[in-house]
Amino acid sequence: MGMTLVQKILARKAGRRRVEAGEIVEAKVDVVMMHDLTAPMAIESFKHISDRVWDPKRIVMILDHQMPADSIDIAKDHAMMREFATEQGIENFFSEGVCHQVLPEKGFALPGFLIAGADSHTCTYGALGCFATGVGSTDMAAVLASGKLWFRVPETIKVELRGKLKRRVTPKDVILHIIGDIGVDGATYDAVEFVGKGVRDMSVGGRMTMCNMGVEMGAKTAVVPPDVKTRRYLRGRARMPFEEVRSDPDAEYKEERVYDLSGLEPQVACPHSVGNVRPVREIQNVEIDQAFLGSCTNGRVEDLAEAVRILKGKKIHPDVRMIVVPASRETYLQALKLGIIERLVDAGAIVGAPNCGACMGSYIGVLGPGEVCVSSSNRNFKGRMGSPEAEIYLASPATVAASALRGELTDPRDV
Amino acid sequence: MARVWIFGDDVSTDDIIAGRYLVSRTPEELGKHVMENLDPEFASKVGKGDVIVAGKNFGCGSSREQAPVALKGAGIGAIIAESFARIFYRNSVNQGLPVLICKGVRSRFREGDEVEYDLERGIVKNLTSGEEIQAEPLPAFIISILRAGGLIPYLKSKSGQRL
Repeated sequence: MGMTLVQKILARKAGRRRVEAGEIVEAKVDVVMMHDLTAPMAIESFKHISDRVWDPKRIVMILDHQMPADSIDIAKDHAMMREFATEQGIENFFSEGVCHQVLPEKGFALPGFLIAGADSHTCTYGALGCFATGVGSTDMAAVLASGKLWFRVPETIKVELRGKLKRRVTPKDVILHIIGDIGVDGATYDAVEFVGKGVRDMSVGGRMTMCNMGVEMGAKTAVVPPDVKTRRYLRGRARMPFEEVRSDPDAEYKEERVYDLSGLEPQVACPHSVGNVRPVREIQNVEIDQAFLGSCTNGRVEDLAEAVRILKGKKIHPDVRMIVVPASRETYLQALKLGIIERLVDAGAIVGAPNCGACMGSYIGVLGPGEVCVSSSNRNFKGRMGSPEAEIYLASPATVAASALRGELTDPRDV
Repeated sequence: MARVWIFGDDVSTDDIIAGRYLVSRTPEELGKHVMENLDPEFASKVGKGDVIVAGKNFGCGSSREQAPVALKGAGIGAIIAESFARIFYRNSVNQGLPVLICKGVRSRFREGDEVEYDLERGIVKNLTSGEEIQAEPLPAFIISILRAGGLIPYLKSKSGQRL
């Protein structure tokens, strides 16, 4: 019996020829990541158990959730992180965008790697063929000290995507549809592997959108087998040598699911669950107050460009504030050079500095009671973006732009 | 006596502690805002050692370890749920907060019932109704971590020194 991509990575990193789903292994991680909301607690715990990190070159620290600082307390946390990085010789310290965009851009997310990140959306990096999973701050402290972490080897759900996406239907619509189908805890403890023409046709950015939301169905990680697009993306970026890993043809899967993309319509996850998914067209008369385009799910150049195709030369609805936050400095610069930012501002959008933006309700774009937001991010939990009495609809960048234009939830094929 | 507080399915870490409070560090400060999205009065009602009984997928969402810290800070002694989200489960053990997976538990308790639980044997008793339910027993190493008060005190006690 062969092994899945995920089994193979865990076997290698545990120094074993083979591992079985369900067993617990201790594995060496290749890269770890922590950011300004999880690092301070991890550092405090680390100091109780060790003086030196195991390998400063493999540790990446990011300021992104509240960067630049919006309060004295956060400024203190940022300073404490900078001090820790200096004292431990950690040179990979970035404050130029969302962690899950910056790590791949800077060449830390590589095929065959085992990555632990103190953020639940760490699974995003699976788009580049690695096993990447979210951990809490105490686990992060332990791995900072030892470079190792225990893992329960997950079973894998194979998701095959067939057919071609229609105009203005995007990878975000695909993953929302899949989560609506599998359920918000349907893949708990499992890995999800996306295969087939549908995922091969997607850009690396589109694959990142898909893997990013793996955790929204409970998955431990989500992966896409590396291919020519992966290699092209990594050229000139990869910081360390790596080896591509693929599932064996006779690997054992927990379950195999097939989705045909050719008939898929734009989707939306309605309040207050990511699993509450319906086609946008079925939802009538939902007026919106805010439209957010950004986040680790959909804050890349292609996402901003998709919005420009809809907004170019037009003005967003006067009752809507549209907030656009490029996911990284690289994204921001590219969007500037391509004239994307100018067109968005011209249409009436507010463009913010690269960071997590409005996604988690404690920085810019906080929602008040009774307000409705359509967002390209990944969570619509009650209170996620501010008031527990606000409502969040999750959708693609195209749907966010179309809705901003009309002032109500709108299918992007209708504008 | 430990009283039960009932919650439904898919309680997220944003429900347990909202993003705007994550900068607070002490368990007591975090505890003041626990479950605020779902019940603004919760922190003032809960008593020391009380138990949360919940449905499926408890603790879904973000990896914020402030979630179990806030629950402990508010006085919660254990969480018994139909199932847990993966990162929250691991974070709770690492913080020394007992978490028991117990199929069928949600329908066997009402708010305010009195409860007793045995981590080693995985037994949950509803003292109000007299019913006894079998939860999944916890492995020995998890019980050792919980008894030590979390992973960091456990590692310190085990090695007797720094790593």
